[in-house]
Amino acid sequence: MITIQGKGVSTGVAVGPLYFYHRAKSTVSRYEVTDTDAEWARFKTAQERAVKELGDLAEKARKEAGEEAALLFETHAMMAEDLEFEENIQSLIHDKKLNAEAAVSDTAAQFAEMFAMMDDAYFQARAADVKDVAERILGILTGAVQGGVDSPVPVILAADDLAPSETVQLDKSKILGFITEGGSGSSHTAILARTMGIPAIIGVGDAMKPEYAGHEVIIDGSNGSILVDADEAARAKMLKKMEEQKKTQALLDEFKGKPNVTKDGQSIRIYCNIGSPDDVTAVLKNDAGGVGLFRSEFLYLNCDDYPDEDYQFEAYKLALSNMEGREVIIRTLDIGADKQIAYFNMPKEENPALGNRALRICLNRPEIFHTQLRALYRASAFGKLGIMFPMVTSVWEVREAKKMCELVKKELTNEGIPFDEDVEVGIMIETPAAAIISDRLAKEVDFFSCGTNDLTQYTLACDRQNNDLGRFFNPHHTAVLRLLKMVCDNAHKNGIWVGICGELGADLSLTETFLSIGIDELSVSPRSVLPLRQKVRDIDVRVVREKILTDLMGDTIGEI
Amino acid sequence: MKSFEYTITDPVGIHARPAGVLVKEIKKFVSTVTVNKGEKSVNALKLMALMGMGIKQGDTIRIDVEGADEDNAAAEIEAFFKANL
Repeated sequence: MITIQGKGVSTGVAVGPLYFYHRAKSTVSRYEVTDTDAEWARFKTAQERAVKELGDLAEKARKEAGEEAALLFETHAMMAEDLEFEENIQSLIHDKKLNAEAAVSDTAAQFAEMFAMMDDAYFQARAADVKDVAERILGILTGAVQGGVDSPVPVILAADDLAPSETVQLDKSKILGFITEGGSGSSHTAILARTMGIPAIIGVGDAMKPEYAGHEVIIDGSNGSILVDADEAARAKMLKKMEEQKKTQALLDEFKGKPNVTKDGQSIRIYCNIGSPDDVTAVLKNDAGGVGLFRSEFLYLNCDDYPDEDYQFEAYKLALSNMEGREVIIRTLDIGADKQIAYFNMPKEENPALGNRALRICLNRPEIFHTQLRALYRASAFGKLGIMFPMVTSVWEVREAKKMCELVKKELTNEGIPFDEDVEVGIMIETPAAAIISDRLAKEVDFFSCGTNDLTQYTLACDRQNNDLGRFFNPHHTAVLRLLKMVCDNAHKNGIWVGICGELGADLSLTETFLSIGIDELSVSPRSVLPLRQKVRDIDVRVVREKILTDLMGDTIGEI
Repeated sequence: MKSFEYTITDPVGIHARPAGVLVKEIKKFVSTVTVNKGEKSVNALKLMALMGMGIKQGDTIRIDVEGADEDNAAAEIEAFFKANL
């Protein structure tokens, strides 16, 4: 077995025979021409055709590989007709009486060298572009055909560095993965591989010997390892990893678009927890129904001073509009305790978890709260917004927060700024106090979302960040689960819905419990959405409910 | 001749895509546009030469516009830099 290490630029595991890319190298002839005008015309014709071909390739790439790949070809077209490039060729033909092929080849070499010598990875990678453009023009001049993969079975393709035009022209059904000698994470091979969802490893140098051709190779794009003629143990391990990936993909293929409904017809919404507008892509990719918890802290953490209204508005608006009409519940500022921000100038506290944090800061410093709520309501015109307040312990806090919402709505109405009148306003249930008075809180809000990490910490009086307390910090504790049931019952009695937005929501060993007590929504990390959906669709609540409730509420110690 | 200075904010600097669009933009005018960075200067119509200057984020460059439509051209090209680079 031979192990080779490169740099993984597209994840996944692939197994297959190694195949070296055959490039139809146009050998560049070199001779003196007498009719330089005719030679120049010959170049211009080839250049024109190259530009046209590149335009067609851009269209093909736009359909197959996305906008990014398409832009590359458009850039190539510009390079092919670049004035500087052209003038250089013209002078070689007219002054040095060189034939067109030699003039193109020399000019490309000169420009490629210029890029290769620049001290920036992006520009260095452009050397490959220049060579690719030149190869195309040379191919047209000499009538050469483009290279490709000539194999009856799919292969792992090895090459020095594939040019973009080469990658687009490849028969994709024949390729399991890529290995290149050179290249960078921003090279075309890497981009293409990621778009195709197959592994790619770059920068292996001359480690891929020609004699390996046809041998079985296993590549792992997540760590850049390549095994040639792997031994039994290594092979088995890699195949297992490949199986797991296939399963995840299969999950996606099977459960995407399916409702989260149990066998007996009980449905539950599966939403996502996110921390910035960029995460929306992952939410949609994993087919979540909405965002159940959008932590707004990132806005404050990314700034050196209080983020102003417009800045916040743009970020919320971006997330809302990108979610294509699906609900986005944004949690108002939740700092303090383990999340500190310098410009807030918070005095040091003996016991920050029980201190001035989250909604408490907002109520103590209404100007901060006012700015955030204005930004939120303004953004509500661009999607389906929900707002929730963290760290509630009393009814008066909720009333005071809601009063601020009303004030903001009134201001916006007076200023003629549009907003959604029906924004749902809810609270986090993450303190035992809130759970115990949830019957009263339910009359004040549109929904509850249980933050199970803090609820566990406060209920069990157990610091979740203290590693020595691992076995004491038990979110499955009957006390925590009983509180959740109590919250559900009180919410439903008052006609509002309840969700869970803590880590616990994705804990598949509790899905049956959550369904049995009547949780309406689980908000989890994007990658947990489909496994959770699979789990839900496999449960018959009628069968499990009674035993779960007896174990939870009875006076004998059950499994929980 | 009209001149203006501009500090690049694009994280990649003057890279292929905006440089290409810049060339198209300049072709709309008859004026000659020169990009100057320190001692070096290039005709902005020359895409590869322009990229070859390796102008990065934070670099301040001077753009000279000279020709019959220089007033109009300088204004539009400055707007282009602000919007794209």
